[in-house]
Amino acid sequence: MSASPLTVRVLQHGKYETVAMLRNGEQLVLAIVLPMLALAAIAVTPFFDVLGVPRLGTGTPGVIALCVLSTAFTGQGIATGFDRRYGVLRFLSTTPLGRSGLILGKILAVGAVLALQLVVICTTAVLLGWEPPLTGVLPALLMLIPGIGAFTALGLLIAGTLRPEATLAVTNLAWVLLAAVGGTIIPRSTLPDAIEPIVAILPSAALGDGLRAALTSGTFDFLSFALLSGWAVVVGLAAVRWFKWS
Amino acid sequence: MPPSSPAVEVSGLVKDFGPVPSLDGKMIRVLDGVSLRADKGRVTALLGANGAGKTTTLECAQGLQKASGGTVRLLGEDPWRAGADLRSRVGIMLQEGGLPPAVRPLPLLRHIAGMYSAPRDVDDLATRLGLHSFARTTVRRLSGGQKQRLALACALVGNPEVLFLDEPSAGLDPQSRNIVFELINELRTEGLAIILTTHLLDDAQRLADYVYIIDQGQTVRQGTVAELTAHASDAARELKFEASARLPLPTARLPHLEVIECAPGQYQVSGALTPKDLAVLASWWAEEGILPSSISLTSRSLEDVFLDISGRSIR
Repeated sequence: MSASPLTVRVLQHGKYETVAMLRNGEQLVLAIVLPMLALAAIAVTPFFDVLGVPRLGTGTPGVIALCVLSTAFTGQGIATGFDRRYGVLRFLSTTPLGRSGLILGKILAVGAVLALQLVVICTTAVLLGWEPPLTGVLPALLMLIPGIGAFTALGLLIAGTLRPEATLAVTNLAWVLLAAVGGTIIPRSTLPDAIEPIVAILPSAALGDGLRAALTSGTFDFLSFALLSGWAVVVGLAAVRWFKWS
Repeated sequence: MPPSSPAVEVSGLVKDFGPVPSLDGKMIRVLDGVSLRADKGRVTALLGANGAGKTTTLECAQGLQKASGGTVRLLGEDPWRAGADLRSRVGIMLQEGGLPPAVRPLPLLRHIAGMYSAPRDVDDLATRLGLHSFARTTVRRLSGGQKQRLALACALVGNPEVLFLDEPSAGLDPQSRNIVFELINELRTEGLAIILTTHLLDDAQRLADYVYIIDQGQTVRQGTVAELTAHASDAARELKFEASARLPLPTARLPHLEVIECAPGQYQVSGALTPKDLAVLASWWAEEGILPSSISLTSRSLEDVFLDISGRSIR
């Protein structure tokens, strides 16, 4: 007649949400297949050669940024939107898991799926000849923390305020746009001058820039880190303020 | 006898929704003074028409909605600020269920069980509620009654002291209904406080120890089923009979009663029926050569009580 400890509840819900995400075919396409296609396209086309480093050196960090968008933003946003529609959020919040446990479990699941994506993407990239500086691994992992935070918060904000059908449309469209011209795969510095200043302040560009700095030259891009953290805090607060549970 | 401290105590509960754009941004008052208490070892029913405020009352008592006024106590605490420990002592079955559609029943039940330090045995509970018969089906493909039984299992798996059931018999076939009702009776004996809403008078009559009638956001009447139905005079009865359609009604002979043909060939006489009235009816049948194919006399039901109060039908 009492609750399990918080860590047990959150870990268990994290596992549950991870399994749910991995069982969902559409989410797997978004999380693994599309980033793999992007990686393959980078490896076989000469587009990235103009940037002066090996193609995969510039391209792979962008694909990693895209993985964050897939899982934390689009995948989690859509799943949460439909959970909200079906009353699943209300139902789970009546158990000892509670609202905070529910959100923590979701973040944990995003982290677990992302870890799996990174293993698949990075292994493939290395097999294709990617040679990132090992000194860049830690800065890259640090950069992922506010990146996951900002995009999870954005996904939850949309899922918690729009109808699930609208969430589906908006997060998928945003994924395509941010993948193409959001500064993830294609560095914002190579984008047309007309849109570059706008793209520069987007969290997608900050994540792309930060990961590229880490995984091409092994440096920690503090500005991108600060920008991403700012997005995470502001959107996180907005999500807390406007998220509707039912 | 109920213990002195109630499991749920609500007094003067007020709940406003809004602002509503279609009403020029005004607030809507959904609850306007609901008071009730629910004790351990008893089934307490909230009875009312759709939209009367039953579910909103429950949601305030569960901590899913914040009360706009009045006080709400769940096991002596404010449910809106409930932490995990308070929630672990309360089982809730929501009206819409809220079960995730993509999972199978038993993994879901095990997942929920894992949120509690001492849950009920999942297999026992599943057997009891017949969940094994549809264990391989995902939630989205379950029938209404199957979902309902799974939702009840989820509400019970944590061994709660207080059980909230919002429309527990919705979508249940008669057999499932018996399983669920038997279990509810057993849980009452175990000492749980059970609070349920229903718009079905049968449910209230069969299950409830104590009934609150809610109408337009207020508790308008309360008592045991016996108290509520005995309240008015014993004379209040209803006679129904079936005969051929479109008979001229003997309204002149029974001026103090209401005689109507509620459907072709279905007649209803209601009001303070006396033995003499029955003789008048019988002689009218004799004069007109009518042999009714069925005659039934019923005493006052909860529905009559409800109709007296609200002038509206709940079914």
